Amino acid sequence: MDDIFGIPAPLLFGQLLLGLINGAFYALLSLGLAVIFGMLNVINFAHGAQFMMGAFVAWMLLEYAGLNYWWALILAPLLVGVFGVILERTMIARLYKLDHLYGLLLTFGLGLIIEGIFRNQYGSSGLPYRIPPQLSGAWDLGFMYMPVYRGWVVAVAVVMCIGTWLVIEKTKIGSYLRASTENAALVQAFGINVPRLMTLTYGAGVALAAFAGVLAAPIYSVNPQMGSNLIIIVFAVVVIGGMGSILGSVITGFGLGIIEGLTKVFYPEASATVIFVVMAIVLLARPAGLFGRA
Amino acid sequence: MAAPGFSGTEFRNEEAFFLGFSQAQVVAFVLLIAFLAISPFFLYPVFLMKLLCFALFACAFNLLIGYVGLLSFGHAAYFGMGGYITGYTAKVWGLPPELSIVLGGLVGAALGLVIGWIAIRRQGIYFAMITLAFAQMVYFFCVQAPFTGGEDGIQSIPRGFFLGIVDLSRDMNMYWLTAGVFLAGFLLIHRIVHSPFGMVLKSIRENEPRATSLGYRTDDYKLMAFVLSAGLAGVAGGLKSLVFGIATLTDVFWTMSGEVVLMSLVGGLGTIFGPFLGAAVIITMQNYLAEFGAWVTVIQGVIFVLCVLAFRRGLVGEIGNWLRVRL
Repeated sequence: MDDIFGIPAPLLFGQLLLGLINGAFYALLSLGLAVIFGMLNVINFAHGAQFMMGAFVAWMLLEYAGLNYWWALILAPLLVGVFGVILERTMIARLYKLDHLYGLLLTFGLGLIIEGIFRNQYGSSGLPYRIPPQLSGAWDLGFMYMPVYRGWVVAVAVVMCIGTWLVIEKTKIGSYLRASTENAALVQAFGINVPRLMTLTYGAGVALAAFAGVLAAPIYSVNPQMGSNLIIIVFAVVVIGGMGSILGSVITGFGLGIIEGLTKVFYPEASATVIFVVMAIVLLARPAGLFGRA
Repeated sequence: MAAPGFSGTEFRNEEAFFLGFSQAQVVAFVLLIAFLAISPFFLYPVFLMKLLCFALFACAFNLLIGYVGLLSFGHAAYFGMGGYITGYTAKVWGLPPELSIVLGGLVGAALGLVIGWIAIRRQGIYFAMITLAFAQMVYFFCVQAPFTGGEDGIQSIPRGFFLGIVDLSRDMNMYWLTAGVFLAGFLLIHRIVHSPFGMVLKSIRENEPRATSLGYRTDDYKLMAFVLSAGLAGVAGGLKSLVFGIATLTDVFWTMSGEVVLMSLVGGLGTIFGPFLGAAVIITMQNYLAEFGAWVTVIQGVIFVLCVLAFRRGLVGEIGNWLRVRL
């Protein structure tokens, strides 16, 4: 096999694929964070916990109800989304008039509660979740073997991101959403139920996180910490991309995943910190973020 | 976001009475001194030392959130790094405790200078996310760096002899040193808050564009406050590593950043005595609930939620509001 920059090609492509997969999760999660922040002005610190819930609900559906991966892909986001709606109605909605930092503190507390409960129930070690039979195996691409499930994750993530973008940019409800982000009072004056729109937005953002969780379940082991480790990196991704643009957060998510993958090949010691270094550089050069508005 | 809900309260007798404290604050301060002097004869000194380390940490954090309005969600980085530096210099270099603690504080401040310099470019929620992300970077650095001992941490750190004469391996001696450092840090923060510099900080908290228009370089002031806060957090971390003889990854992890936020929130953001009381409540709770394992996390989460939804003034803020005095 050929070498590229002195690195065996399979290793390089393998890490690139892993980077792409991580990037898919960064993109899905930062997308949800950006949509929620745009509408509610709340940074949803519980996003990681809700991602983890998605994976656990998928596992529970299989374990207790015998429902397979495909059911989980639909049911888990719905269930966790409804949970999100309840959280928004009962707690988060009370904070809109206060400093935005209270939303951060509240959702941080909610994240601790959710993670703690799952850790009590299922311990800290991971639970296995099998790749569905339709998606197991690997394709021989000539230069590398590509596990079918990983290709599926990247493809579905891209489709979901484009779908979310289309909903926000091209549909009527998306136009309400964009208008409320700009000026909620005016939109409300036109007779649109903005509080309900906010509830639905939060529910949808949470459902997106849970969907990512189901996708992640067969790749990473299902464990209570899987979300909190990811969410801090996603915060950095959001700071790098800026939360102004939907496509921006998607591109940033995938891009950083790839950068992280490449770092694993060329300088593995820095792979855990490279995203934070990129964040520092972006903050120095463009404080508003790559796609952000100052 | 500081001093939430205070606007509706009329405070009595605000003028400085002693050392810049108002009359009510002098009473609270005397109570604090009395507690520090008497408690080691009734309570386990190691527990009290832990409490004081976290109280100093919370006071340092509160300097930023309470008086500059900056929510740092990454204060574990300075606390943990201070602990590592103090532990390493005391154990490997054999430095005396007073020097190793000062070094811990200096390195914490230097780290705060670098991170703060970058982070103050953004405000509000972004500031919180950036400080959290940088703290996670420091955590990953500590996992890999050789001097931290990775997963094992630095163990059996000697307490040494304070000024070469006082044997700190005796718990009571270590307690008096810890209490002294806490009190010095507490008074330093009080002095900072009531200095002209502190007045500028408060004006930035209230209205940053206005402070800028009055000719203050607000970024310089914010950075200075950040460095002071990080330095004191480093001192608190250094003290803790001497008290327990161990410096580990727990102290640099993001959960520690969350804990110090919780302590300040429970005690009362932007109050002078709040962080101490908040730290006392949370440390006591952790002590009694230690056997319940992960439920401690759940309970801390519940306290977070309750504080934010119903109890935003915190304990000291509520007491002060009830007595109509600023504590």
